[in-house]
Amino acid sequence: MLEIGLAHYLTLAAILFTLGVFGIFINRKNVIIILMSIELLLLSVNINLVAFSANLGDLVGQVFSLFILTVAAAEAAIGLAILVVYFRNRGSIYVDDINVMKG
Amino acid sequence: MIVASLAFYLFATVLVAAAVMVISAKNPVHSVLFLILAFFNAAGLFVLLGAEFLAMILVVVYVGAVAVLFLFVVMMLDISFTELRQGFLQYLPLGALVGIILLVELVLVYGGFAISPDVEGRLAAPMPTPDTVTNTHAIGQIIYTHYIYFFQAAGMILLVAMIGAIVLTHRSRGGVHRQKIADQIARRPSDSVEIVKVPTGRGI
Repeated sequence: MLEIGLAHYLTLAAILFTLGVFGIFINRKNVIIILMSIELLLLSVNINLVAFSANLGDLVGQVFSLFILTVAAAEAAIGLAILVVYFRNRGSIYVDDINVMKG
Repeated sequence: MIVASLAFYLFATVLVAAAVMVISAKNPVHSVLFLILAFFNAAGLFVLLGAEFLAMILVVVYVGAVAVLFLFVVMMLDISFTELRQGFLQYLPLGALVGIILLVELVLVYGGFAISPDVEGRLAAPMPTPDTVTNTHAIGQIIYTHYIYFFQAAGMILLVAMIGAIVLTHRSRGGVHRQKIADQIARRPSDSVEIVKVPTGRGI
């Protein structure tokens, strides 16, 4: 129990991932919280990668984690920019209103 | 050893609690602040795992840039958040169902996998011993050699994201007089100066 191994980190990452998915479902109307939940998902994936990297002694996991961080930062920037433009045009960020492009 | 274990449990507990608060806080500003707390604790876990560089990147990039960006956007948009909370309980059963299914699947996967015994010989970039090379140094040594193209591609992604965000949010306001250097340079005497032959004693 006191010896922290790979299984502890994997369990933590699994709990965090589940919380992220759960957050997307229960906050279906609030885009900002959905974006934050996506950040939580990516964080849990990073914990997995770094845990395996430390466990196996392979640095590539950390390099991959670095690229995930890059993509996550870009995704957050673009997502928030879209959100700001949407709010400027529509005056709300209500997700149910976002159906203009529905055929 | 016991200090490291206790640190792990502390970081993990606070991380999970902060994640719960991120998805359940009533006020999105509190959500962002709990997200920052979650990132700090994840950085602590990375330090425990020996990935100091990623831990510092997490603090600098996530807490310093992404979370603050979230904070700006939350405070900039004037939204009634109580309206957005409607349907919270309505989606709870579905969300709980999907969450439980996902957790069970993850537990099954984690219970079933095994690391190959000959993994030692297959490592793509074996970690150097910490006494001789620091983590940052080691990552730099492979990221600028084997992974240089991926590194450049990551830079391009960030550039595209930056330009995209600027183009999306930029708007030209009316009634503002700006210096337009291209127009100034493109101006020719024929556009602006007219030579008029004035007859004596009449004026124009």
